[in-house]
Amino acid sequence: MTPVAGIPKHVEATLSRRNLLKSAGMLVVSFAGFDPGEANGQAPAGPYPEVDFHQLDSWIVIHEDSSATFYVGKTDCGQGTGTSFRQLMADELDVAYEKTTCIMGSTDITVDQGGSGGSTAMERDSWPMRRVAAEARRVLLEMGSQRLGAPVDQLAVSAGVITVKGAPSKNVTYGQLIGGRKFNVTLTGSNINATNGRALVKPVQELKNTGLSPQRYDIPAKVDGSLKWAVDMRLPGMVHARNVKPPFAGAKLVSVDESSVRKMPGFVKIVTKGNYVAVVCEREEQAINTAKALKLNWEKPATAPFPSSEDLFRYMREVKPTSSSRSVVVGDPESAFTNAPKLIEADYDVPFQGHTAISPAHALADPSNGQMTIYSNDMKSYGMRRGVADFLGMPREQVRVVWMEGPQGFGRTAADDAGCEAAYLAKEIGRPVRVQWMRDEETAWDTKAPAFAVKLKGALDAAGNLLALDYDARSADYNHVGYNEPDTVLIAQLMGIRPAKPASGSASMPSEMYAIPHRRMATHVVSLPLVWETPLRTGNLRDPNGPQSTFASESFIDELAAAANADPFEFRMKLLTASSAEDGGFRRARSIAALKAVADAYGWDRRSSPKPRGTGDTLTGRGIAYAFRGQTVVAEIAEVEVNVRTGRVWVKRLVAAHDCGLVVNPESLRHTVECAMLHSLSRALHEEVQFDGEKVTSVDWNSHPTLTHADVPGEVRVVLVNGDPNPNRPDLPPYGAGEAACKPMLAAIGNAIYDATGVRLRRIPFRANRVLAALKTSQA
Amino acid sequence: MSVTLKVNGKSHTVDVDASTPLLYILRNDLGLQGPRFGCGLGQCGACTVIMNGVATRSCIVPASAAKGEITTLEGLARNGELHPLQRAWIDEQVPQCGFCQNGQIMTAKALLDRNPKPNDAQIREGMKGVLCRCMTYYRIQAAIKRAVKTIAAKGGAA
Repeated sequence: MTPVAGIPKHVEATLSRRNLLKSAGMLVVSFAGFDPGEANGQAPAGPYPEVDFHQLDSWIVIHEDSSATFYVGKTDCGQGTGTSFRQLMADELDVAYEKTTCIMGSTDITVDQGGSGGSTAMERDSWPMRRVAAEARRVLLEMGSQRLGAPVDQLAVSAGVITVKGAPSKNVTYGQLIGGRKFNVTLTGSNINATNGRALVKPVQELKNTGLSPQRYDIPAKVDGSLKWAVDMRLPGMVHARNVKPPFAGAKLVSVDESSVRKMPGFVKIVTKGNYVAVVCEREEQAINTAKALKLNWEKPATAPFPSSEDLFRYMREVKPTSSSRSVVVGDPESAFTNAPKLIEADYDVPFQGHTAISPAHALADPSNGQMTIYSNDMKSYGMRRGVADFLGMPREQVRVVWMEGPQGFGRTAADDAGCEAAYLAKEIGRPVRVQWMRDEETAWDTKAPAFAVKLKGALDAAGNLLALDYDARSADYNHVGYNEPDTVLIAQLMGIRPAKPASGSASMPSEMYAIPHRRMATHVVSLPLVWETPLRTGNLRDPNGPQSTFASESFIDELAAAANADPFEFRMKLLTASSAEDGGFRRARSIAALKAVADAYGWDRRSSPKPRGTGDTLTGRGIAYAFRGQTVVAEIAEVEVNVRTGRVWVKRLVAAHDCGLVVNPESLRHTVECAMLHSLSRALHEEVQFDGEKVTSVDWNSHPTLTHADVPGEVRVVLVNGDPNPNRPDLPPYGAGEAACKPMLAAIGNAIYDATGVRLRRIPFRANRVLAALKTSQA
Repeated sequence: MSVTLKVNGKSHTVDVDASTPLLYILRNDLGLQGPRFGCGLGQCGACTVIMNGVATRSCIVPASAAKGEITTLEGLARNGELHPLQRAWIDEQVPQCGFCQNGQIMTAKALLDRNPKPNDAQIREGMKGVLCRCMTYYRIQAAIKRAVKTIAAKGGAA
């Protein structure tokens, strides 16, 4: 059988795009932007130079039928950002939304906006898109003015047709003016985020598609099976590779018994360097079988690479930090604590949690013609291109990453490992190589959200007012892996490559705007004994530290409210309204508005927690929490049922109030917030990476469980607070969405369990056995 | 060994080792890439196909056991018209990344074929073995309920 090979549609689009960019179109003007080498008379170092963001043609192509293709330097990890980009750009350009398409993230045909990450799609990256679309409209109006013999201010434009005001028979379409040809307009801006033309963007009130919810364009092909994903990419002559990971963290490869697999069907090669091992076979199942059969001799490290997961938090609290932040101090916390009538202290723990994407890491690398093309779902495809080029020692102009859809994102594919592996193996073998990790490999060795151990102390006065708060967090985040850096990507680590210094990592402080008279906050990073070649590698998982720090801070605020015998909503409102301090984004006012909105939507009745303990097997309770991320504010309420016989927690209702400023596509936003809340619900109830003293023991969906259909709340409701409650204030710009909604959920669930049962759970996840044990302890 | 498979109404003969999981034959030999590798352990459901009316994890079915009628996601549409479940998936805008949705749709199809009017508990129970890491579960359940109505309105034929 010949393997199935096919060039997906958007890769075909890539090829025609390159031709369009290379030829001078119908214009004879030289085209300096795209091949700087050609412009100054030097040959480019390779066929895939970076796309020049200073050229309008790099961003927008208008076709003869007046339809437009937008080329953006982003990747859509499933939140529908591509649809929103089209809405905004169609609005600025004045073409119908339906007549636009969007191409993303392929490094040789789209400008480098960094791919995706940090929930920045609308907040940061939509701005240059809007400005270039507005500039294209301006240029087209000038062309139309010449063609129609009327000044620009006498022209109207709608859906790609320019007409002379009052004389609609005098008209010309965008396609007639420039269809299939280049703008040849140079833009300004010292970096891509500052890209600008001479045109101004429209006021929000004039954006017609923005604020509507056209259906996501990517969904039909995901539902009918026609979409070709990165995981589906096949090329003639390709081979399949599988890695063989060290069986123990920090193990050293002593010997390889090639004879154990040499005669297996389809065997091509074993590739090893340092502690990196891969097998390559003709067929996929052959590579899997061969990887399993390969006999290797590994030597265990002399000392334990890490404590066991059961012992992790003791270790984290006792070990000397590798770095500590400067303390943030407000007022005089020391004397406030000394003199306080009521002191409360608590420790909160969040374990390592994996990305555990639904599909393990994968990539196909093609070394044809001495170049390197990687077909990948890497959310930061531009970073992967640089990483692969530097790792292989190739000029970057000879490397391109063709971005295709893949599973999740959420930071895992910002530190994708398979791209560098596929490229390395393809260079070794001289044939296209497809690498895919296996499930045990992905769950054990993917990047992890750092574990947190947080110490909190609070002081209340006699009337129950919060006087002082001390927050001290430790995060196991030393040697955070970065983004496909050629010296920290896993294959490089296993080969013994090391950067000069491990990344220092970070921990987070609480993100609320409570006015607390005396406060101290400090963060520390601690290291595990094994720093390199470890499966406990930390990377960015959605926020990346917010869910952990907010779990501690917003649970503890609830503890203080309970100690003050106050309603948890009112306790927070009092802390928010105790000051009038504000910032340019009105974040405090919007925090108050979001909290009010969520309480109204839920139907929150004012009372303190816990509620009088019910009888029967099922206890119910509600919990609230709030946080912001940048200027995005989100408040969430969870209603839980706790089965006191089994310890199972079921979240019956989830309500969020979410304010990320200007909303481009409300339905897409609601869905993204909904899913972000459920992702954090999964982290709250189920997820924990477990390990013994030598290896990670969470290796599949049984040993690293996740939320399932059985856990889904009966109601998930998202209220879009949508900007500033005060109509006299100017329009808010769009802020980020996705990660912010992940932050408050863990605390909201813990607070609800407390409300239902009177038992405070301070360690994530709230698995049934832990809940049951805590309930039993409280009754003993 | 030579294996003949009937997939989406067409017969295919491939020459593979008898132990080769059906998933790799579908994806790599027949070019049917709706079913996807998620775990290779039958735990997540991303590879689900319908074999003789039963939602089946193709990653753990060896070629030697792949018998009878096999339907993949690509085979659900009839005469160019999407299956009511696929239609509902679009109407409810279910996917985020969409990687798992093959398993969600195929499992829901087998569920509705068995029980055309499942209640909420039956949907949860019937779907609980199919994992989604973007957490689109809430909308998946809404889409199943929507499809149930469409199918009933069409007189029960899907």
